[in-house]
Amino acid sequence: MQLDDLTAIAGKHIGSRKKITLRTCMSAGCMSSQADMIKKNLEAEVKAQGMDAEVEVRRVGCMGFCGQGPLIGVDGLSAKEKLFEFVKPENAAAIVGSLKGGACDVQVGDPDHPFFAKQMRIVRANGGIVDPERIEDYIAIGGYKALHHVLTELQPSQVVEEVTKSGLRGRGGAGFPTGLKWGTVAKSPGAKKYIVCNGDEGDPGAFMDRSVLESDPHIVLEGMAIAAFAVGADQGYLYVRAEYPLAISRLQTAIKQAKALGLLGAGIFETPFNFNVDIRIGAGAFVCGEETALMASVEGKRGTPRPRPPFPAESGLWGCPTLINNVESFANISAIINKGGKWYASIGTEKSKGTKVFALTGKIKNNGLIEVPMGIPLRQIIMEMGGGAPDGRQVKSVQTGGPSGGCIPADYLDTPVDYESLNKLGSIMGSGGMVVMDDSTNMVEIAKFYMEFCMEESCGKCIPCRAGTVQMFNLLEKITQRKATARDLAKLEELCDMVKNTSLCGLGQTAPNPVVSTLKYFRKEYEELLQPDPFGPHSNGVAQQPELATK
Amino acid sequence: MNAAVATPQKNKIQALLKHASGDKRFKILEVHMKKHQFRQDALIEVLHKAQELFGFLEDDLLLFVATKLKLPPSRVYGVATFYHFFQLKPQGEHTCVVCLGTACYVKGADKIISGIQEKYKIKSGETTADNKLSLLTARCIGACGIAPAVTYDGHVAPKQTPELALEKIKTWI
Repeated sequence: MQLDDLTAIAGKHIGSRKKITLRTCMSAGCMSSQADMIKKNLEAEVKAQGMDAEVEVRRVGCMGFCGQGPLIGVDGLSAKEKLFEFVKPENAAAIVGSLKGGACDVQVGDPDHPFFAKQMRIVRANGGIVDPERIEDYIAIGGYKALHHVLTELQPSQVVEEVTKSGLRGRGGAGFPTGLKWGTVAKSPGAKKYIVCNGDEGDPGAFMDRSVLESDPHIVLEGMAIAAFAVGADQGYLYVRAEYPLAISRLQTAIKQAKALGLLGAGIFETPFNFNVDIRIGAGAFVCGEETALMASVEGKRGTPRPRPPFPAESGLWGCPTLINNVESFANISAIINKGGKWYASIGTEKSKGTKVFALTGKIKNNGLIEVPMGIPLRQIIMEMGGGAPDGRQVKSVQTGGPSGGCIPADYLDTPVDYESLNKLGSIMGSGGMVVMDDSTNMVEIAKFYMEFCMEESCGKCIPCRAGTVQMFNLLEKITQRKATARDLAKLEELCDMVKNTSLCGLGQTAPNPVVSTLKYFRKEYEELLQPDPFGPHSNGVAQQPELATK
Repeated sequence: MNAAVATPQKNKIQALLKHASGDKRFKILEVHMKKHQFRQDALIEVLHKAQELFGFLEDDLLLFVATKLKLPPSRVYGVATFYHFFQLKPQGEHTCVVCLGTACYVKGADKIISGIQEKYKIKSGETTADNKLSLLTARCIGACGIAPAVTYDGHVAPKQTPELALEKIKTWI
């Protein structure tokens, strides 16, 4: 495989395209509403109406507007793409007929809607455009060119430098500078090094990585291969949740196709560079999103974290230097190489560069995936792109960062979305889940929901997390059952502080966040549930506690 | 002392291997292990395959895997019990997995769960007495755009309500 071969494949593939394309979203969301049936019917209709000379029906990945699915995009009909929403299998005849000017009563979306117009797509650039099960589609839009450029024209250190220049920060949530991490692994001594892609997207309410893996698996594989070259690794593991069977099967197909074309495996692009990727399937443990736990799981062990240092960059899989990045981080790499780190760094804010994909869900009109430049005010995402809360209700709070994050009240909607600003509000960027809650939501119940999650997902290795989450959950339950007093609330706050400061890994350290942030902004809701202290009229406060203890 | 403890265990393993030789599924599992070169780090992959073949992981099956991968049974059992995806008990004829991710939760997934619990008198993780229905919950299946989502026998259904769920289950029972 040489660059000419790549261009030839792209040219041949583009040449075989027909005038009009019906793009059928076949991502997990739309698949659950019979997208496969819709595609089949469309194909049959195109034939039946004698249009197969100029119309083709293609399978594509997630288009993002999941709440309006199943979606069909039409290209080649007019200058602007046309988007059919809420398509049913029986609509196929009308949709195909409409291409010839026939009547069609299927709801048509507005491609200029802020939901689309305000997006800036880098990671999801190919989502809804390429067929995830055909590598030719990815090559046709310039795929694997970045890998070729890196392998034939750059030194590993130059690749690291480019990524450092881009200012990309880890998209898994913590926001560690990616270039710095790559540089550390590259400098670590050792003949054997590994690349791990963290696709264990465990945060409830987040599905960005699933969508990327399902819609555009090659962009992740290419990013991993570039990383492997930069740090000197020859083996990669892609860790994917078992809950994402479609992503797993598409990745398997993608790896097979890339290997067949010599874009993975031995001697890539006829250089001495070798790189293999194996898929590791998770088995349902939230803690495996933590990097040391994930490595234990890749090694086939119980997914329990271990203290750091040593960091994986020095001692990771089987004691070898290991580079672990999130799916979205890897998906950014080929664009950074193609367009330059400087270009990437021009997007976003001073400290948070580039774009971020968010899963916009919950009590919001427009559900789905969006990719926006860093620093965009939360209000634009929630009110303009998302359309605010449905049923005439008001947005009360936005939860970011899943069980490790916090609830941002509606008063702070003008906050720009970047790592630092969200931290300041007591929440985190997280992996990109954004769950909107309306004024009918009880915030104490939400805090309890997250605490129950952490309690069940605690791996049990360290005591603060194992026992602390149970105690906090019990206290929250007591509060919601209206059996708690102010002293219980004080105890809860004390426990939050203790668990946060003494837990071994990120799960425990961040488990109290939803409680702390709801207490910070919605304390009244907690206090309304409290009962007077049975020990006396004046013991309804924290100050009485030491006195009671001595009795 | 060690020998005394080890002998019954050895006999058990031998009996198990003899039993396994008559079951085709063990053979398929062994081929799968061979594909992974009997590597111990492929344990989770092997357990996935075992569950796919047998439906759940019973003790003998775990012992078989331990023997073949030359791992202590404690390690295999430890891994099987650690991950939620592995089932150590047999499931009912049909499974209904209600997603309890945040997006599904704020849109009323808890009402779907309580609706089913009330009607069929089973809690999450349990199977009805006639072995027809297992009710399970998932932490998040990543179908947040179409919340609340319920997986019926492996098929994800979008925008569910307690009524829709009960209607679907009624077709099974």
